Amino acid sequence: MSLNAQFAFDVGPDHTSPVATTKGRRPVLRWAAIVGLLAFLVAPMIPLIFWSFAFRWNYPDLLPSEYSLRAWKAVASPTNNVLLATWNSSVIAVVVTVLSIAIGVPAGRALGLHKFRGKRLVELLIVAPIIVPTLAVALGMHTLFIRYGLSNSLLGVSVVHLIPALPYMTLVMSGVFANYDAAFESQARSLGASPLKTQWYVTFPAIRPGLVVGALFTFLISWSEYVLTLLIGGGQVVTLPLLLFNFARSGDNAIAGALAVVFVVPGVLVLLLTSKHLSTGHAAMGGTGT
Amino acid sequence: MSSRLSDRGAERLRIAALLAPAVIVIVVLFIGGLVSGFIRSLNYFPLIGLDTPNLDAYAAIFTDQEFLSSLGLTLYIAFVSTLLSTVLAVGAALLLRAPLRGTRLVNLLFSLNLTIPHLVGAVGMLFLVSQSGLVSRLATGLGLISRPSEFPALVSDPFAFGIILTYVWKEVPFIGVIALAILLSVGEDYESVARSLGAKRWQSFRFVTLPLIGPGVGSASFIVFAFTFGAFEVPWLLGRTNPATLPVLAFKSYSDVDLANRSHAMAMAMVIAALSAVAIVAYTKMSRRYIRN
Repeated sequence: MSLNAQFAFDVGPDHTSPVATTKGRRPVLRWAAIVGLLAFLVAPMIPLIFWSFAFRWNYPDLLPSEYSLRAWKAVASPTNNVLLATWNSSVIAVVVTVLSIAIGVPAGRALGLHKFRGKRLVELLIVAPIIVPTLAVALGMHTLFIRYGLSNSLLGVSVVHLIPALPYMTLVMSGVFANYDAAFESQARSLGASPLKTQWYVTFPAIRPGLVVGALFTFLISWSEYVLTLLIGGGQVVTLPLLLFNFARSGDNAIAGALAVVFVVPGVLVLLLTSKHLSTGHAAMGGTGT
Repeated sequence: MSSRLSDRGAERLRIAALLAPAVIVIVVLFIGGLVSGFIRSLNYFPLIGLDTPNLDAYAAIFTDQEFLSSLGLTLYIAFVSTLLSTVLAVGAALLLRAPLRGTRLVNLLFSLNLTIPHLVGAVGMLFLVSQSGLVSRLATGLGLISRPSEFPALVSDPFAFGIILTYVWKEVPFIGVIALAILLSVGEDYESVARSLGAKRWQSFRFVTLPLIGPGVGSASFIVFAFTFGAFEVPWLLGRTNPATLPVLAFKSYSDVDLANRSHAMAMAMVIAALSAVAIVAYTKMSRRYIRN
């Protein structure tokens, strides 16, 4: 059905097949290519980290000539609005994740377990917000949000973040439920368990791994969102990406570097938390690629 | 008989109840946003006295040189970024598929920047390839150039190198993990058979590997195209102001003090949505074919 659902839970790495075709040939070239690839992927992170500790870093020095913790102190200072922005980003992302779970898990169940008329249409409706650029939707949305008093508020920003987050959660859960056997529920019911107990002791444990991965990446989608916050928040709702952009634009490289590092931390934590189920984590991450 | 019918009725009701909240939220926010934007793009806004819908905004933007060059630039960026990302991603997946020592760590690092927001990548790229960036310093150290202005402009440049570089950096792992997942699940048996039947390496790639990963990678590429076409923050930081990419131009027209420009902004938003709709159709066709196979 969807890419996420497709790969999230069907595909496990298979290391048993013979590898004669790739193993024997020019291992040095192979490793050089791999190292080059990794260097390219890591490269943009390096100046960010060095800048965050730099006090003086004149052209053409390859490394800062003097280091200091100025940027980190500024970031941690309570008089600065970095703490406020971190708080706002976290509150919004938690609200978005909780709402996406509450709304997306039932919908994912319907799509994953059942066949019904109009299913394709519903699937299209859910895939569309992932592919249509949010800006195209947000400009029209802004007019409506102003009319209903939702603009320039944490609530309004959280609601608009549902546009990319909810479809993602729904797709992941639809993939989870596609591999779930609902017969266990009827067995529990016929043995006398109440619907609530069945949900808690049968359904929840079965879907938990996928649910956790989906929720963590939904959090990241909201955490990374820039233009929806800029537009609907109207500059009144300051989040981390908005601050990062302003410092990078104004040329305060040290603070921009430190903010970038702070901004990346949740994603790295999520990756480490989910790397145990590599195949699950990998694919679910697809959603944050866009 | 009648109980079976009512069972089916109850089942339908249950499915509808499960789906209703998600469908309502998406219709209100997503469809609502599109429809509201479309109505305003027609200059229809009775609250401020505009009560006869017309196509003036579309006529205006499609005769505006700034819009046309912006559209061209945006298509160019999306096309080049998607092409480079796809080719490099397939190459990377082929490199990473063999279970050599350390591949697991390499795969983990490969996935790492899937979690890094685009904006962070853009800021990092700014510090890396701007004229006073790290690469320019390296070039000075090697004696290739003697001052920053001799370093080629890769940021806010006419060819949008910095923007494309950021997208490639971010999307290679996105397409790559999908290609890798397919390659690992299929194994190398088909290719081994082809090779043992006398196929050359490129033949086995062209006629065995490529058809296997094509649909999955293709769907991912369409997502990347739609995304790079409509993304905002990367060109907002690394792009030129004239011509700016379409999303940046739409945003600027929208925030303009001249309210007449708002209908132009909405018309541009509709152009962006329409082009991504084409990508959705292509995507669903691709992923259906993939599932059938």
